[in-house]
Amino acid sequence: MSAVEFRSVALARGPRPILSRIDARIQAGEFIGVFGPNGAGKTTLLHAILGLLPPASGTIRVFGKPPGTERPGYLPQKRSGISDLRLRGWDLVASAYEGHRWGPPLLGARGRGEVAWALETVDATELAERPLSELSGGERQRVLLAQALLGKPRLLLLDEPLIGLDPRYQQSVVELIKQVQRTLGITVLLTAHELNPLIGLMDRVLYLGHGHAALGTTDEVITSEVLSRLYDAPIEVLRLNGRVVVVAAHGEVETEAHRHDA
Amino acid sequence: MLEYDFMRTAFEAGTAVSIVAGAVGYFLVLRNLAFAGHALSHVGFAGATGAVLLGVTPFWGLLAFTVAGGIGMGLLGDQLRGRDIAVGIILSLSLGLGVLFLHLYTSYATQATALLFGNVLGVSAESLRDLCVLGVVTLGALVVISRPLIFATLDPELAAAKGVSLRRIAVLFLVIVAVAVAEAVQIVGILLVFALMVGPAAAALRWTTRLRSGVALAVALAVIETWAGIALAYITDWPPSFWITFLSAAVYGASYRPLALLAGAREPA
Repeated sequence: MSAVEFRSVALARGPRPILSRIDARIQAGEFIGVFGPNGAGKTTLLHAILGLLPPASGTIRVFGKPPGTERPGYLPQKRSGISDLRLRGWDLVASAYEGHRWGPPLLGARGRGEVAWALETVDATELAERPLSELSGGERQRVLLAQALLGKPRLLLLDEPLIGLDPRYQQSVVELIKQVQRTLGITVLLTAHELNPLIGLMDRVLYLGHGHAALGTTDEVITSEVLSRLYDAPIEVLRLNGRVVVVAAHGEVETEAHRHDA
Repeated sequence: MLEYDFMRTAFEAGTAVSIVAGAVGYFLVLRNLAFAGHALSHVGFAGATGAVLLGVTPFWGLLAFTVAGGIGMGLLGDQLRGRDIAVGIILSLSLGLGVLFLHLYTSYATQATALLFGNVLGVSAESLRDLCVLGVVTLGALVVISRPLIFATLDPELAAAKGVSLRRIAVLFLVIVAVAVAEAVQIVGILLVFALMVGPAAAALRWTTRLRSGVALAVALAVIETWAGIALAYITDWPPSFWITFLSAAVYGASYRPLALLAGAREPA
């Protein structure tokens, strides 16, 4: 069964078209890296899968049903103000458990069990007792990943979980996500700027550019031919000792994009 | 001192108001809105003095203005960020209007001092009842919205993705803040609301990293500071508002553990 299916989907933010005629089929249990330059529509795509943005045309199916039926785990990109909160991580994770309901924030035995399970799954039980303001970027991402796992979702959508992290933390966060994905047997869509931390760990690549998308293995998609078409500009792809460098005629595409946001 | 009716009323009113101020204040600080509480109380000054002019109890004028201000702030939301000049000008305009209203209604000069700096010893039995009823309603409303409020405060992006209306939560919360501010004004006055709402909550956030303990501690500190403030006022004959602001500052200062810092500084590296 496919976890996410796009059938000639077009997405727009208000009058602004973002993606047009996307056809892609993501199998259950796949680890997909979603790449593309700034503004290519990575976050928009995740919002469409969550059911927050109805497609302008075409059909999206999440485990065979319209978006919004299934509740995927979601890690949004922008996290305002968490890093200076003198509140322990446990309370942050717990706030998301049925957090949309009215009433007092009492979790009950089931809720507490769920929070404990999520924290244990990412090995953050002890981290979650420390105030968020005292955690490193990587440790905070670990706690946030636990929050995304509440409700034991079959599909996990992670928006730029590596942004702003040191390279060594990037690697450990990616490996943790991979391990969680394998243990729980779930589908993961992860957006990122840089390919290299994910090479070897992701099953396939979804590359967005100029309103279009290409889905395939790294070797199929990360080629001069495909990327030049997506960027609508001459792109060269160099492979060095298992690492990939994407170079535009006027400079290195990826590094630029990454620096821009960091 | 409890043999006097006005002292008993003061302690009772102080308790009712501090419980609300401490609990609401915790979320106010958590949401980085400490200054909004301060602003709302200033807006209330024009309402309270305007009410005096119209022959209405000042408290209801105060409440009407703070609630209207709260709704306005909640609706504007993020648009208010970085607009401290506009907010400041509205604040001073409200105080200015208050001065005008007091000028037009010449006979009440003491009213102004009571509004600005509080008069917990002058709370009547009737207003005590109003304070208690409003306090219960406010706390009830806070409990009802607390779950989505916490979610929206700690994680606005995720909460929005899960269908929580951030704007609705912001407006509801600021209405609750507005009522709590109007209540706190009865104890410490418009200019000193910060001491009762923000001081205990900010200290609680420094002392515990657990959310529920934090709310409980903020409430406990607010109540204790108010009790001690009223008692010290009785003993020294200095104004209770002074003692409450003094204790609020002292407790907040202590949350930085100045003694431990000093001891740490003396230790050889």
